[in-house]
Amino acid sequence: MTIDWTHFTPVSAFAGGLLIGLAAAWLILEDGRILGASGLLGGLIPPRAGDWPWRASALAGLIAAPLVARFLFEPAAASIEATAATLVAGGLLVGFGTRLANGCTSGHGVCGLARLSPRSLAATATFMGAGFLTVFLVRHVL
Amino acid sequence: MNRVSPFFVGLLFGIGLCLSGMTNPSKVLAFLDLGGAWDPSLAFVMGGAIAIAFVAFRIAARRAASLSGEPFHWPTARAIDARLIGGSLLFGVGWGLVGLCPGPAIADIGFLDGRAALFVLAMAAGMALYSGFAAVPSTPGAEVALDG
Repeated sequence: MTIDWTHFTPVSAFAGGLLIGLAAAWLILEDGRILGASGLLGGLIPPRAGDWPWRASALAGLIAAPLVARFLFEPAAASIEATAATLVAGGLLVGFGTRLANGCTSGHGVCGLARLSPRSLAATATFMGAGFLTVFLVRHVL
Repeated sequence: MNRVSPFFVGLLFGIGLCLSGMTNPSKVLAFLDLGGAWDPSLAFVMGGAIAIAFVAFRIAARRAASLSGEPFHWPTARAIDARLIGGSLLFGVGWGLVGLCPGPAIADIGFLDGRAALFVLAMAAGMALYSGFAAVPSTPGAEVALDG
């Protein structure tokens, strides 16, 4: 294994992580909900009366973030290299998989691990392992 | 339930994702590429986020209700079962193919990125597919057992 020191950004990564943690802290302490992006969107499909407004509100904030971030720092814009077919296949897998597992990187990976949930630890180890293996296969085997 | 506060939660979450580099799939893939030139930055994102969230959940656990009066919606699922592992496997493969997980994918729409929008549409379709699949009730209470 070789470490890519030129692209290594521990300070902004950690600072961004602190903000993500603050968002999770705010949502649980103020509104009693656990922050999870797949649950936020998945809970709208289909929408339920009385439940959808807070989800739509949080998703609107998430989409507005890059616009606001531009005033604060130079945000890491998306550079998506995947083809349209890969985007569709990947999106379907991520959407179906996160709903089946009840959580993604934020719900299991951040909140679940912070709650010391064995279930979330199992989920996080599994999706990270699958991610590492997929990238290895795509970049170094296929 | 409060409808204004969640907007700022989403905003803060998204700004954190932008600052951390999670919104850039090539950085995410560089983290997932153990066999290439490995960029370990994203481990620091998780570290920072968990450090704050850990304290917040400890505080929340000692309270009867949230500040808004809304009761805490704690996850009720405990089982490490085929659904959890199978779903996480599918998710990990999709994540590794593109470099996007749900939060950053949704935030990337804010960069007016058409490819991110296509990914999110497919993701929503995958979720809708699951909703159809889950309409056949095999696990009672699955709907309330949200981890996140």
